[in-house]
Amino acid sequence: MSSTRLRRKAGPYALLVPATLVLFVGMAYPLGRQLMLSFHEFGRAQQFGQPAPWVGLDNYRELVTDRTMWTVIARSLAFCFVNASITMVLGTLIAVLMKRVATAPRLILQISMLLAWAMPVIAAMTAWQWLFDTRYGLVNWSLRKLGFASFDGHNWLIDPLSFFFVASVIIIWMSVPFVAFTAYAALTQVSEETLEASHLDGATATQRFRHIVYPTIKPVLTIVALLQIVWDLRVFAQINFLQNVGGTPSETHLLGTYIYSLGIGQNDYGSASAMAMFVLVLTLVLTVRYVWSLLKEEPR
Amino acid sequence: MNARARLWGAVAIVLAVIWAFPVYWIANSAFQPVEALRSPNPSFLPDFSASGFGRVFDASFVDSLKLSLTVTLLAIVAAVLCGFVAAVAISRFRFRGRRSFIFTVLAIQMIPPEALFISQYKMLNDWGLLNSVVGLGLLYTALILPFTVWMLRGFVDGIPIDLEEAAMTDGCSRTRAFFTITFPLLAPGLVASSVYGFLQAWNEYTLAVVVMDPSNRTLPLWLRGLTDVSNEAVDWPAVMAGATLVATPVIILFMIVQNRMTSGMVGGAVKG
Repeated sequence: MSSTRLRRKAGPYALLVPATLVLFVGMAYPLGRQLMLSFHEFGRAQQFGQPAPWVGLDNYRELVTDRTMWTVIARSLAFCFVNASITMVLGTLIAVLMKRVATAPRLILQISMLLAWAMPVIAAMTAWQWLFDTRYGLVNWSLRKLGFASFDGHNWLIDPLSFFFVASVIIIWMSVPFVAFTAYAALTQVSEETLEASHLDGATATQRFRHIVYPTIKPVLTIVALLQIVWDLRVFAQINFLQNVGGTPSETHLLGTYIYSLGIGQNDYGSASAMAMFVLVLTLVLTVRYVWSLLKEEPR
Repeated sequence: MNARARLWGAVAIVLAVIWAFPVYWIANSAFQPVEALRSPNPSFLPDFSASGFGRVFDASFVDSLKLSLTVTLLAIVAAVLCGFVAAVAISRFRFRGRRSFIFTVLAIQMIPPEALFISQYKMLNDWGLLNSVVGLGLLYTALILPFTVWMLRGFVDGIPIDLEEAAMTDGCSRTRAFFTITFPLLAPGLVASSVYGFLQAWNEYTLAVVVMDPSNRTLPLWLRGLTDVSNEAVDWPAVMAGATLVATPVIILFMIVQNRMTSGMVGGAVKG
């Protein structure tokens, strides 16, 4: 083989080396390492430098029988379900609204949504912390003005349900713009001529939606819903931030913050890793079909 | 205009106000004297004679700004360089393992930081890279690289290979043809993916919490630290000024790339 031909064959592989190296060191190696960690026991002795003993599947067995873990999982799934569905419904409705209104109100709504979407998560969190502030917050002030005197000095984060209400308001506020913009982009793909023709043929608004609009936007909505579910399963920043402000961590943990508190908080790297493996597998199971569908369009 | 259209227009405006309000409230609260924010009634209009900006612009802000800028730039340069050559490979070459590579990149893109941060913490701890620019920069590079590859690949695909081939028949080498013909056309793609990387790394909170010490904070951690005092001691105009400083570059850059990001995330689902 001539050297030029060898170069040409090796060329693409050489180009992949830097990215592969970064992904190996930053992701693949930690992944393998985490699998190993999850088979080891980390207790008090390990904090003083003893090597962690191999315990096989013990960490997984413990987690499966642990009430706290099931509570955290159930809580995370419920939180994810509620937030993802409200976000999807609101986002889609807002997209439909954007399609129906005149240009001026539509642009105003779009600019406003873009602002909310662009906000860095911690900047947005401080804003909401300030809005829900116990003594000087605007929310309590408004509720008092509306005649609810009991909101004078009301703490929104002490009660777990109220804590999750605040977290949901923030997360929905942050997530709706993405859904609305994507659904709006999909709605603009619906053929106006087909709609008009079916209208002339006597199709009702419901029929037109079911048979023309819905099939067009369905693929986009499915993917957006999937991304929303994956994102809402792991709302670490928001929950961790609110736990810092107030709230009882043990009663407000979701998957991400629970792993953090087990691992970084209590140095129980074994259980934390086992739990993290569960989250990782769950995410991959949820998304593998989407990734596969992207790949299907690739030339071989 | 009929009554119904006007009604929907009004609904749109109400929603616009609700969504923009927290952003307005940051800016408004940043321009208030401290006493105004501790009074029984809130002030709804900014008072430009007073603001928290002077108080928040101290040494700790400058330290965090420097740290954030260093880590962010490091991650962007590394991710765009590695991502660019990988994108060229998967766009311009057909080779064995190409689809597997794309699949791996897309699957990694889906892995949440929460599912790996425990072992990433242990790894950096063993290498003595906890609480360091290099350690956090490495994690950020790996975090933004998958999407960077995917996005740049779309840009390279968008430039017809015919141009390169024409140059090659005129006697250019393949590499030379790529760099003189295609590369200049890729500038918008490189800018867009750098901006994407900037937004990710600049806003990142989770990995920074795990890896960095309280003495060495990126801007999001610094901002959170401002309210980490007893409730009565929080200087709200200063906190809101801090939030404004952190958010402004992000909002400007976000407006520039928003279109690209929406279409990139939904992948091939929307067909024009």
